[in-house]
Amino acid sequence: MTALLATGDPLLAGEIDGGVILLVLLKTLIVFAIPLVLTALMIWVERKVHGDMSNRIGPNRAGPWGILQTLADGAKLFTKEGLIPERADRLVYRLAPYLSAVPAFLVFAVVPFGGDFNPRSDGTIDGTVTLLGNATFLQLFDAQPGILLVLVCSSVAVYGVMLAGWSSGSKYPLLGSVRATAQMVSYEAALGLSLVAVVLVSGSLSTHDIVAFQALPGRGLLPNWNLIVTGVVPFFVFFIAATAEMNRPPFDLTEAEQELVAGFNTEYSAIRFALFYIAEFMATITFGAVIATLFLGGPAGPDLGILPGWLWGTVWFFLKLAIFPFIWIWFRATLPRFRYDQLMDLGWKLMIPLSLGWILLLAAIRSADTVGTDGQRIGYLPAVYVGAGVLLAAVLLQASITVGRRRRELADLEVFD
Amino acid sequence: MIEIAVFVLAAAAVLGGALGVVLARNPVHAALGLIGSFFGIAVLFVDLDAHFLAAVQVIVYAGAVVVLFLFVIMLLGVDRSEDLSVEPLGGQRPLAGAAGIALLGVALATLFLAQGDGDVVTGTPSVIGSLAGGENVALLGRALFTDYLFAFEITSVLLVIAVVGAVVLARTPRRRAGDEQVEP
Repeated sequence: MTALLATGDPLLAGEIDGGVILLVLLKTLIVFAIPLVLTALMIWVERKVHGDMSNRIGPNRAGPWGILQTLADGAKLFTKEGLIPERADRLVYRLAPYLSAVPAFLVFAVVPFGGDFNPRSDGTIDGTVTLLGNATFLQLFDAQPGILLVLVCSSVAVYGVMLAGWSSGSKYPLLGSVRATAQMVSYEAALGLSLVAVVLVSGSLSTHDIVAFQALPGRGLLPNWNLIVTGVVPFFVFFIAATAEMNRPPFDLTEAEQELVAGFNTEYSAIRFALFYIAEFMATITFGAVIATLFLGGPAGPDLGILPGWLWGTVWFFLKLAIFPFIWIWFRATLPRFRYDQLMDLGWKLMIPLSLGWILLLAAIRSADTVGTDGQRIGYLPAVYVGAGVLLAAVLLQASITVGRRRRELADLEVFD
Repeated sequence: MIEIAVFVLAAAAVLGGALGVVLARNPVHAALGLIGSFFGIAVLFVDLDAHFLAAVQVIVYAGAVVVLFLFVIMLLGVDRSEDLSVEPLGGQRPLAGAAGIALLGVALATLFLAQGDGDVVTGTPSVIGSLAGGENVALLGRALFTDYLFAFEITSVLLVIAVVGAVVLARTPRRRAGDEQVEP
């Protein structure tokens, strides 16, 4: 399989000349502009769709269908006076919005936003596109740690939220940020563990290789997407963990308007608030892109003609990307907020054990295919052991959770005696 | 050339962050200095072709360990009330200074004594071989699960013990029937 997967961007393998530098600059510009434009659109779509779902009209003043509403809001926020509260820690208060906004932009650098992933005439999949006479990935940076950079960015983004709440020197932001930090750190574990399943089946950390793996022919009519290959469970774990990681409803305890005014960003105004706002909505775009890349094959898709062939990858990518922000808007319009203990229970007692067990099962299933030197399949016995072990662990975990819950209920009853 | 520039910048971040940790009066600022230092180390790892270690450095140390430090600082509220002029342990500052100078001495001695023999300080391939040109993850994984399997498993046992210990400490003892009711 490794022979099928090209390693490293061919653009940077050869001589670096003017065309290469121009192409890199162009890609940098695209990677900067796409999330920004999509975020502006996302904010408008969210307000419009959410309005529609609650029988309102939504923004309809600025531009046709109110599509320029975000621009108007942005212009307003950028020209307002930025207040710093009296008791704020000024240095950290100024730093925090950037810690939120910069990682949001960085994630897009490792996401392949296009490329021709259809097999070439010799059966290889390289996912390159020829622009300005150079073969290149439509991806800014095919990093070796690849998808781990998503985790890096989300772990840096935690600081933005945490320090914003702390440095405001006020109660509600602090409460919001303490909640948010606990939530984000907890769900980062589930996020990372469900990623392992993808890396396990794809055999690489590089986002390009993960997409190239998913472009391989699947079984029957089904595509070879990780959504199917990893057995759906990691997809749902990743999706829910991503929802919690970016504090979207129904996991928006960080902001919980009814309890915390606006959570960690209560004391922020003007451009610093705008940065938080952009980072929050950009997260829906980048996480949508990451999920599309990891589980739905990213830019991999058939060439349907009409457009030039290399453009279809980009079209497929954005179609797949658009699914998730819409679902998150839908969540916001329909689901009530989780209670804090429910949130923690879901994270620690369901998602983390589930993804751990699923990794073991996947590894066992793969080892069952191991063929020994004599051509016999030798992996079955370990696979059976692992399967039995996972089953036993699941039963034990369920039993311990049940016992714990019963004891807590008994303790609650005693209080009323 | 670029490597040297990157090294100098990263080293400045590491040292500046470390100084910030020691000198900052506010615990949150000290923790921020620690993060800066960790990022510098991550950049140094990238400079050495250890991409995977760089990512893990940020995810684990900056993303998990320091977040928990900050969490405790915020929850306990020590960030505003702590008076740094009161020393809970007498004489710890001179002792820490002496230990720091001793460590620096050892590092400098190694550097200068090994001048003739370049292999002692740098250029020695790591135990898993050179990371340049290979897939970091594959090399590290192979080393972890073959030569260092025992150490790896022992570490995981250690972590399990730590988790069990944390659960035991955090568990609220159940009240027995005869205990006095204490109003919260």
